[in-house]
Formats: sequence, C-alpha cells, structure tokens
Amino acid sequence: MRKLVILSLLLVLGYFLLNTFAGAEFGKDRKVLANYYLEKSPSELQVANTVTAIVVNFRGFDTLGEVTVLFLAATGMGTILLRRRSKHTGLNPMRTSPEASKIVQAAGKLLFPAIMILGAYVFIHGHLTPGGGFQGGAIIATGFLLLLISYRQFKVEHKYVTWIESLAGLTFVSIGLLGIVLGPHNSFLENFLNVGTLNELTSGGVIALVYIAVGFKVAAELTGILDTLVNIRETGDID
Amino acid sequence: MDAISLLLLFFSLIIMIGAAVYAAIMKDLIFATIGTSLISLSLSVIFYLLHAPDVALTEAAIGVALSTIVFIIAIRNTKRYEDEK
Repeated sequence: MRKLVILSLLLVLGYFLLNTFAGAEFGKDRKVLANYYLEKSPSELQVANTVTAIVVNFRGFDTLGEVTVLFLAATGMGTILLRRRSKHTGLNPMRTSPEASKIVQAAGKLLFPAIMILGAYVFIHGHLTPGGGFQGGAIIATGFLLLLISYRQFKVEHKYVTWIESLAGLTFVSIGLLGIVLGPHNSFLENFLNVGTLNELTSGGVIALVYIAVGFKVAAELTGILDTLVNIRETGDID
Repeated sequence: MDAISLLLLFFSLIIMIGAAVYAAIMKDLIFATIGTSLISLSLSVIFYLLHAPDVALTEAAIGVALSTIVFIIAIRNTKRYEDEK
C-alpha cells in the first residue's frame, strides 16, 4: 500500500517534470536573462563587477533575505549557547589548552591590521573587483579569530557588536526604503543616486553603500558567533 | 586555459583528492579537520582558475578559516580520537 502511494506520487512528480521540460528546445540559447544582466550592469548601472550588480541590485531583495538568515543563525546560536558561557573571569576559557606561543601572538598582532585592511578593501571595492560584503565581512571575522585564539585575555564586547549589526541592518533597509521614495520607478532598493562613470570608486550609486552596510553586518555577526563559540565553558557533561 | 593553469588545476585536484582520503581515514579528528581545510584551500584555487574569483574568496575565508575553527572547537569539547570499531 505504502509503495503504491510512493509510486503514484513519483508518477505525478514525473508528469509535472515532463510537462515543464517538454517545451524546452534542445541546444537553444536560453541565456536571455544572463545576457540582459551582462549588458545592463556596465551600461546602465556603471558597475564593473556583474556579480555584485546581480546580488545587490537585480536580486537585492534576495540579499536582504540572506542577511536575515545569517542574523537568525547568529541569534539562535547565541541563545542556545548562552547558558554555557563562562562567568566573567577575565580569561576566555581556552584554559585547558596551553597558551599560544609567543610566535603566534606576535604574528597575530602583526597580521591583524593587514587582515582588517584587506577585508575593508574587499567590501568597499565590491562593485569594482571580485568580492563584496559577505567576503569582506568573513575576512574581517578571520582577523578577530586570529586574536581570539592567540590571546586568552582578548574579549569581543558584545554590546558594540550588537550595535554595529543593528545599525548596518537598518542602513540596508533604509536605503531600500529610500529607493521606494526617491527612485524613478518607486521600487525597493532602487538606485536613486548618480551612477557615475564605470570603473570609478563612486560608480554604481547605492550599490557601494549597500555592500558596505552588508560588510559591517556580516563581520559583526561572524565575530559574535566566533566569540560565543570560543567562550563555551568546558564542562565534563558532554563526554 | 593555458598550460600552466591547466597544470595547476590538476595539481589542486590531486591535492584535494589526497586531502579528502586523508580526512576520511585519519583517526585523530584534529588532523582530519586540517584535511578538510586543505580540501577547501585547493577548491578555492580551482574556483579562481575557473574564473570565479568571488566564490574563491568566499571559499578561502569561510571554508579554510571559519568552518575549520568551528570543527576544532567542537572537537575540543568532545573527543579527539575516533573510536576503533
């Protein structure tokens, strides 16, 4: 009986799949949308990096959803792990592991500013070079990770992290809402600034601003996640 | 794609397969995690060679650094060695 049900469901699925793909002509050029993007992003938006143009402008609403997913993940993780965070002892409790060696500490101190600058560069130039808010934010979080594993005393102030995260999210949404008010077609996340000329830092209108906001938000969220994880109290109740 | 890129691509693929096998057979889970991190590193080189620098950046930052540290923290809080069965 159960197998019959499964079989009939599969048949229904197959029927709909067949219906969908039966109309597709074999070997035909179906890149209509891709060609549209490739053509419009340099000519209309003056954005050199087509990936950024798609992520922030043509599919900007999806990016808002993506940022929300990351925010929910960070919040959920913080809530679940909150009970297991250590009391304020001043040290982050990688206590059982030996302290990182002097070489690691010195190299971490040396590399940290360079990593910060690389991350900021990646998300500020998101519309010109490969990368963008997500990549730049992840790189900045890597820098904080380096400090977290090399110094026991290093602590991330969750107050500031939350503030940065909320302000960046608000900036993203308010730029989107300003697009409704000021944009020529009155749609969400529409460009309302001067698009400038191709390959300049000020080109692309709101795309650069949105990606800077996304960069700050992702960096704050990932840093918060890492800090929560590193500060899990080492208890014996798991093993 | 020129010869050097092709060579680098095959080199990265071989490292990736080797690292995957290493991660699968290793009983020490920290070493296995380093293996998965090596997979991500070679994968990001491959993405770069296949003209997807955006994805390569993401893979390098998240795959190599962040997910590795998540695994390592999990291993620190549980058991380091896989049981012999």
